[in-house]
Amino acid sequence: MVSPALAPDDVVNALSIEDSIAYLKSKHPDAVADDEREGYSGVLVQASKLVEVARAIRDDLGFDYLSSATAVDYLGAGDHMEMVYHAYRTSGGGALVFKAQTEREDPEIPSLVRVWRGADFQEREAWDLYGIKFPGHPNLRRILMWEGFHGHPMRKDWREAYYEEEQKPFDNRWPGGHAHRSEEKNVFGKNVTYPPDIDLNRLMDTSESEVYASLGLGVDVERILDKDGFETNELVVNMGPHHPSTHGVFRMVLTVDGETVTSLEPVMGYLHRNHEKIGERNTYLHNIPFTDRLDYISSMGNNHGYVLAVEQLMSLGRKYNPPTYRCEAIRVMMVELSRIVNHLWAIGFWLNDIGAFFTPVLYFIQERERILDFFEAVAGSRMMCNYMRFGGLFGDLPERIKSVSNLTNDRIRDYNTMQFLTEMVNERIPRTIDELEQLLTQNEILLERSIGVGILSGDDAINYSAAGPLLRGSGVAYDVRRADPYSIYPELDFDVAVEQDGDMYARYRVRVTELRESVRILKQILPRLEATEGESIWADGKPGAYAPRVPFGEAYGRVENGKGELGYYVVSAGGRGGSSNPWRYHVRAPSFINLTPMGLMSSGYKVADIVGILGSIDIVLGETDR
Amino acid sequence: MDLNLQELERTEFPVPAELENNIAITSLSQLYNWGRRNSMWPMLFGLACCAIEMIATASSRFDFSRFGFEVMRATPRQADLMIVSGTVTKKMVVPIVRLYNQMPEPKYVLAMGACASGGGPFKEGYNVVSGIDKYLPVDVYVPGCPPTPQALLFGMIALQRKIDGQSIANGDDVPWYGIGPAEPTPVPVLGPDIIDPRQMDMIRRQAEAAAEDMAMVGQRELPSATQLVAAKVATAETTGAASAAISDDALSFVLPTGGNPWTEAEEIREKRRLRALARKAVRASRRSAEAEEE
Ligand code: SF4
Repeated sequence: MVSPALAPDDVVNALSIEDSIAYLKSKHPDAVADDEREGYSGVLVQASKLVEVARAIRDDLGFDYLSSATAVDYLGAGDHMEMVYHAYRTSGGGALVFKAQTEREDPEIPSLVRVWRGADFQEREAWDLYGIKFPGHPNLRRILMWEGFHGHPMRKDWREAYYEEEQKPFDNRWPGGHAHRSEEKNVFGKNVTYPPDIDLNRLMDTSESEVYASLGLGVDVERILDKDGFETNELVVNMGPHHPSTHGVFRMVLTVDGETVTSLEPVMGYLHRNHEKIGERNTYLHNIPFTDRLDYISSMGNNHGYVLAVEQLMSLGRKYNPPTYRCEAIRVMMVELSRIVNHLWAIGFWLNDIGAFFTPVLYFIQERERILDFFEAVAGSRMMCNYMRFGGLFGDLPERIKSVSNLTNDRIRDYNTMQFLTEMVNERIPRTIDELEQLLTQNEILLERSIGVGILSGDDAINYSAAGPLLRGSGVAYDVRRADPYSIYPELDFDVAVEQDGDMYARYRVRVTELRESVRILKQILPRLEATEGESIWADGKPGAYAPRVPFGEAYGRVENGKGELGYYVVSAGGRGGSSNPWRYHVRAPSFINLTPMGLMSSGYKVADIVGILGSIDIVLGETDR
Repeated sequence: MDLNLQELERTEFPVPAELENNIAITSLSQLYNWGRRNSMWPMLFGLACCAIEMIATASSRFDFSRFGFEVMRATPRQADLMIVSGTVTKKMVVPIVRLYNQMPEPKYVLAMGACASGGGPFKEGYNVVSGIDKYLPVDVYVPGCPPTPQALLFGMIALQRKIDGQSIANGDDVPWYGIGPAEPTPVPVLGPDIIDPRQMDMIRRQAEAAAEDMAMVGQRELPSATQLVAAKVATAETTGAASAAISDDALSFVLPTGGNPWTEAEEIREKRRLRALARKAVRASRRSAEAEEE
């Protein structure tokens, strides 16, 4: 134990997690206590002292990166609401988990936006879905649902219109199979009682002005919207949700002064499909295919994060076998292949946004198709692979890769798997990357458009919880694969891509370097696959339990996905033999949190740059809105 | 069916010898459909995961331009086909209906994937619309999650077949060939929940009933599994009584009538239907008469 009085800053900065907790407890003895629930880690902080303690965590202890902030509703298990924060050091290492609790009625927890700007959207989400108020938050509005929606849907006592039971499998489907569907009981899909004086015209009016009012960025929206005010040349420009360059159903409301953007407000939720609510009804296994649909460009990576989180929970119990070496190697290979797909896609569509309409994309999609063919042969589906399992995989690699689609321009017919992979890793993908670089890296127009545009400084990137290429493009060499290693990454030889400039071009360079590093990793994986040929992917030789029982506790599994740090916070309610459904299932979505600095990065640039900046962040809406 | 030139040149109409092989004879409908089905421009409009497969279908390996879906247009005003490619949320259905209303006729809707067809894996979600057909008329449903590019192509070709079967002479199955006014689909409104203006009447009745503390109209408890089994036994005895009760119940929710902007449209549709039925009857009798003659 280190006494705070004796510890000079640099020593404190390097404290282990245990010592950090001890430091916090000695500094704030009445506000900080160990979280003593079985299977939980970290500390409980008194809500009234939260901001003070958070400052100590950031400034004294050096946990400068707030990865995730999320709410949990412990209805019937203590009857309180809880905010859970995971803070990390950008120099690497594990998480300092701290939590603050509040009543379920009228919950209130002080906002941490002033400490970590990255808490901004996450607190808005907690307000939207759980109804927790955050005094001190500058713009506490609903973020995924619309203003005026009835209730806070993630609360455990809020039931959706098609509610059947708390947890799957539903009794009427299994094992008897007398299925009758909830929508037949509720023909119009309603769980609301409207006030008798409901007036459509009034409702139609509010939704638009709400958005503009929510801009709240120091611009007098009223005045700008006033059509008579000819003396000003400021305008409000709405982009999306239907817009060719918002990468899906994303919306931005900008105010412009001439061509120059003065403020920007992202508006999201147009693809909010209630991933987490459904996830808490599902069994653990049910959730794997749902994770595919988060970042639907790289489903393998999503699977990986989720199985890591649940495996972490399962390892608390008695009966748990960690995955075999071959299984880990295959996982890493799949994840790296999807990273390549992701980056090719990201670069291609970013080029779309800055004016190279569709031609480059077509080249990159060609290579993507090849990788998807491999996924299809191995996992059965091109995009939604649903491939990883707790402690293993859906299946081993097949011996041969056969063309499933009988298209005339299919180049693959029937290949030996290893031969196919070798050719892909050693020839095709590097060739594509070379071609890409040759066409783009020194391209005059591209340089002109992207250098010095959309700048995000390193400090801001950390404080806004940016992740992935957005963070590394700003000079912060933070890659979860190295900073907090998982799977077999520690033994693999690769470098963390980093660029100093923090502009669009830097992000492009980071992606290109990561493509090359992924190829480097794949080249090391292939001999490992050959060496483990014939070994099982399951620890005891046979597939793991169909419906795993998970002991009481919490886990945060995170991986470096193509878009950035993807984390899953899973809480198991335990029970006899363990729970079969997660009590809380939260996704720390990089696409969502990376949008927090969007406004900051955009102001001062031209309207035409905005789509490019958005493209350089690389979001996918399935993950942003979940 | 595509136009086949050789086929068209072989005609029983008398053609002067010097014009042989230079004249093709076809019906106006066929020519019109041929032009239209081969220049269906889809709207560049991605909703969710399925949109990625839609883009893959547009790209070089699958390339739907080969079939006449030449190019995707980002504006609804230049598009003939709306591919609803992904999960439709309550928040998003408002702009979707608006976009549909902005598309010029003739216009078609293709529901791509499980989500657009019926809610898919996210059906139970509180922000998810269980299928775009709750709001828009859908021409083709393509199953899959996501449908493979081949499946999407197949669906698009199915749509072309559907167009082949349409006729300018037949105003009843192709509304835009008829004479009635273009009817914009009412745009839903976001209130406490999503509100379809067409259901406003029912909502008001419900709200009043709730205020008077009566049972909600429009909510109907289905019998439990055991009751179902019992009901089945009962129906075997008193044929169809249970099912009749259910369908009666459902019929009480027909769209509001009287003093409503959609009544007119309803009437027009009804008139068209009657006219079509009359025509069909005439055709049928003529056919049977011909058969008798032979
Ligand atoms: S059908 Fe499947 S792939 Fe398509 S949008 Fe829905 S979840 Fe995504």
